[in-house]
Amino acid sequence: MAELLQFVFSGLTVGAIYALVALGFTLIYKASDIINFAQGEFVMLGGMITVFAAIAGVPLPLAALLAVIATTAIGLALHRFAIAPARGASPVALIMITIGASIFLRGTAQIIFDRRFHSLPSLFGNDPIQFGGAAILPQSLVVLASATVIVILLWLFIDRTFLGKAVIATAANRLAARLIGIDTRRIVDLSFALSAAIGAIAGVVITPIALTSYDVGTLLALKGFAAAMLGGIGSAPGAVVGGLLIGMFEALAAGYLSSNYKDAVAFLIILVVLIFIPQGLFGRAKIERV
Amino acid sequence: MKALQRVTAATVIGFLALLGGGYQVLAQIKIGSVLSVTGPASFLGDPEKKTLEIYVDEINAKGGVNGQKLQLVVYDDGGNADNARTFATRLVEEDKIVAMVGGSTTGSTLAMIPIFEDAKIPFISLAGAIQIIQPVRSWVFKTPHTDKMACEKIFADLKARNLTTIALISGTGAFGKSMRDQCVAVAPSSGIKIAIEESYGPRDSDMTPQLTNIKNKAGVLAVVNPGFGQGPAIVTRNYRQLGITLPLYQSHGVASKQFIELAGPAAEGVRLPAAALLIADKLPANDPQKPVVVDYARTYQQKTGQAVSTFGGHAYDGLMILLEAMKRAKTADPVKVRAEIEKTKGYIGTGGIVNMSPTDHMGLDLSAFRMLEIKGGDWTLIPGT
Amino acid sequence: MTLRTLLGHRLLPALVVAAIVVALPWFFPSTYYYRIGALVFMFALAVVGLNLLMGFAGQVSLGHAGFVGIGAYSVAIGPVHLGLPSWLCLFAGAVLSGAVAFLVGRPILRLKGHYLAVATLGFGLLVAIVLTNEAGLTGGPDGMSVPRLTLFSWTVRGTETWYWIAGATFVGGFVVAANLMESPTGRALQAIHDSEIAALVLGVDVARKKLAVFVISAIYASMAGSYLALFNGHVTPDVAGFLRSIELVAMVVLGGMGSIIGSLVGSALLVVLPQALTIFHQYEQTVLGLILMVFMIFLRRGIVPSLAAALAGPRK
Repeated sequence: MAELLQFVFSGLTVGAIYALVALGFTLIYKASDIINFAQGEFVMLGGMITVFAAIAGVPLPLAALLAVIATTAIGLALHRFAIAPARGASPVALIMITIGASIFLRGTAQIIFDRRFHSLPSLFGNDPIQFGGAAILPQSLVVLASATVIVILLWLFIDRTFLGKAVIATAANRLAARLIGIDTRRIVDLSFALSAAIGAIAGVVITPIALTSYDVGTLLALKGFAAAMLGGIGSAPGAVVGGLLIGMFEALAAGYLSSNYKDAVAFLIILVVLIFIPQGLFGRAKIERV
Repeated sequence: MKALQRVTAATVIGFLALLGGGYQVLAQIKIGSVLSVTGPASFLGDPEKKTLEIYVDEINAKGGVNGQKLQLVVYDDGGNADNARTFATRLVEEDKIVAMVGGSTTGSTLAMIPIFEDAKIPFISLAGAIQIIQPVRSWVFKTPHTDKMACEKIFADLKARNLTTIALISGTGAFGKSMRDQCVAVAPSSGIKIAIEESYGPRDSDMTPQLTNIKNKAGVLAVVNPGFGQGPAIVTRNYRQLGITLPLYQSHGVASKQFIELAGPAAEGVRLPAAALLIADKLPANDPQKPVVVDYARTYQQKTGQAVSTFGGHAYDGLMILLEAMKRAKTADPVKVRAEIEKTKGYIGTGGIVNMSPTDHMGLDLSAFRMLEIKGGDWTLIPGT
Repeated sequence: MTLRTLLGHRLLPALVVAAIVVALPWFFPSTYYYRIGALVFMFALAVVGLNLLMGFAGQVSLGHAGFVGIGAYSVAIGPVHLGLPSWLCLFAGAVLSGAVAFLVGRPILRLKGHYLAVATLGFGLLVAIVLTNEAGLTGGPDGMSVPRLTLFSWTVRGTETWYWIAGATFVGGFVVAANLMESPTGRALQAIHDSEIAALVLGVDVARKKLAVFVISAIYASMAGSYLALFNGHVTPDVAGFLRSIELVAMVVLGGMGSIIGSLVGSALLVVLPQALTIFHQYEQTVLGLILMVFMIFLRRGIVPSLAAALAGPRK
């Protein structure tokens, strides 16, 4: 029993990481129908900028703030300079642009930072919390809490503020939104900026557990994306649930089946979801079929 | 057409070089290298490249070898074996090297071996797997300890501490996999029983499920972790998180200060086999390797600002063995140099004391590995190993 | 006959390519160049297939390197573990890839746009994972060596030989693809590309045509993979990796989606540039990312179509 609980804790730890990444995907998709493959790089930048700012002597909280601000700016720039000029392009083209951006960011990070692994100190120390015979790190709870807080904030934003409703309007029908006076371009700007911020925050809280390096973005993006798809892309709670589920499946697979194929779990899930429930667990059946 | 342009450019440059380079009477000795400077194996290739560049410059400043200056040509294969092969072809055909020191990973080394064998150019590899020199190929040598030796060293220590039933948790990357295979192969003859095996992906962030299975397996007395990169650091942290108190052994792949930093207090008590380079300052004064490793560590640290790495040390050994062979042969002719490399005896390097022979193209024995333990956030040498 | 008509003639591109294949070696001072040429043609073969899928059928595959991997490992595993002759394994690999594409494509090609991209992404990654983990069969992360190709007691060896084989196969693949474009299936594909709904209305069996192209593109990729493996004599799971899939897509994009000769241009660029710019190797990723973005924003048609349009003069 304690064994199963430990697997669950592991699943929650990893799943919370995926959930945070998935939230970033979801937000941009909600506002603009774009899948942003550079989301993983936002997470990487959050972690790496914090690490290097701290090495340069900036106090840690300030370094983290700096990282979030810088990454938000980069997210904004991504939309302004790479996506917006390509308005009207096919989904293929937009995907290629975000993939190109992700490769660009990764390549540049390699040069500006370095190629080694780095860590950050945990918020509440490294002593594990014992519960029911299993141990969970305090930082895992921080990651889970962050995901929860962000989901709540997002929900409040979408549901309670005018801007939030403008985001929904833009996603539902761009032309109509423009017609009633919403500056759709600014809205998408905002969604990219917010996603980048979420990604950066994720990077900062994840690094004490998962470490960071210039290329953590790729795998995180893939898994985070699988999570978003599982939950139903466009649904924020779905992203969190999807992330936790994938984390759980991975942990259980590693514990009970073969740890070799743990990575395959997420990608198998992508295929299964697409074939049987393309709209995901919480999404609406808006997928065009031919 | 790019090819045409390149050829034209090359021809023009060639003419200019002929005209302008007349004052350089003696040709330079061209040494080639294909390293994984970027990509997943940059952990290996980056210090290797820096080392080669530092020492080629230093030797040239002192007049070169046999009165000729050295010229180093380095290509980055990005961790991809196919690219390595293309660059190897380029080194042989275009750059016309006379010797090769490189091949950061086993994959890229194996892909390049046929090129150098066909071209009859001596190839000193910097990769770990035993297949590189077993079966012995006349033109291929290597400087790093084999993963088989690492297993044997760990098992010897386990035996000495009476910890004969162990668990193995390995990374699925090339390094971890190769070493895991060797450990499984030599375990019976070393008197070690592997009770349970687990694995993790090189990019995983949490290994608690696997370690939980190990913790719950009855009879396990110690855990060995063949792996490389961030994985072992996370394994070590998770180890502490789960409160596992069994002795933990890491591999020589984590032999860098960064492991201790990343693993934090969890690293206390971890043992691993490593080259003397890692504990240069703590070696007893009469240790034959001390002067070499202290000098290399200091030079590397000074010139790059980074802590020394054993992989850089392998590159140093490779270069020096090659140059010593050239000096003995009194020429850079590949055939003669190869014969001299094979006759390397008593070469004291960062990895150990090298004694090659026609049947042994690596030349290190188990004494080249020292058993280290991490105490108080630093390496300590376990006496008697 | 205007330049545009000339450029549009069906057989002309094939002849041009054949001429390039034959003429290039005159400029090759050493085997190294033959190697680069052979690599360009082998990748171009895979790119032609992907181009059929992306450029003509308007679908996107982010896991195409998975098929390349299947082809590559077929000629490794077959001879080593099953004792089969290499040429048979080459065909077997192509058949296997086609079959896998059929099985995977059937349910997924019902979906649209980025869903297919993601599905193929997942597929490619799964292939890479299986190749890395089934070490007993595949040699694991370090890969395995590939025995040379033998045809009726002639062992294919030598870079020059492979250059000619790759070049000839590419021309052949080129002609097949060009014919495909002109056939009823090809026209249907163009229709799908422009509007799936319209194509449906016109009675085009959209799903079946898409599947057919997917299978064909998988076969092209598999053959390219087999050639690469036989040529290099060694194969590692990298050949099926995510970055390779992206490189293939980049080659399509750069050369021009829907332009078969663009496949050659895209392949040549991405194979030759890293060789030409070795001093800048650490900037390779940065530059690749930048190129992808710039092309998709400004030069979406790719090099060849843009050039063709420019040469033909402004439209009225």
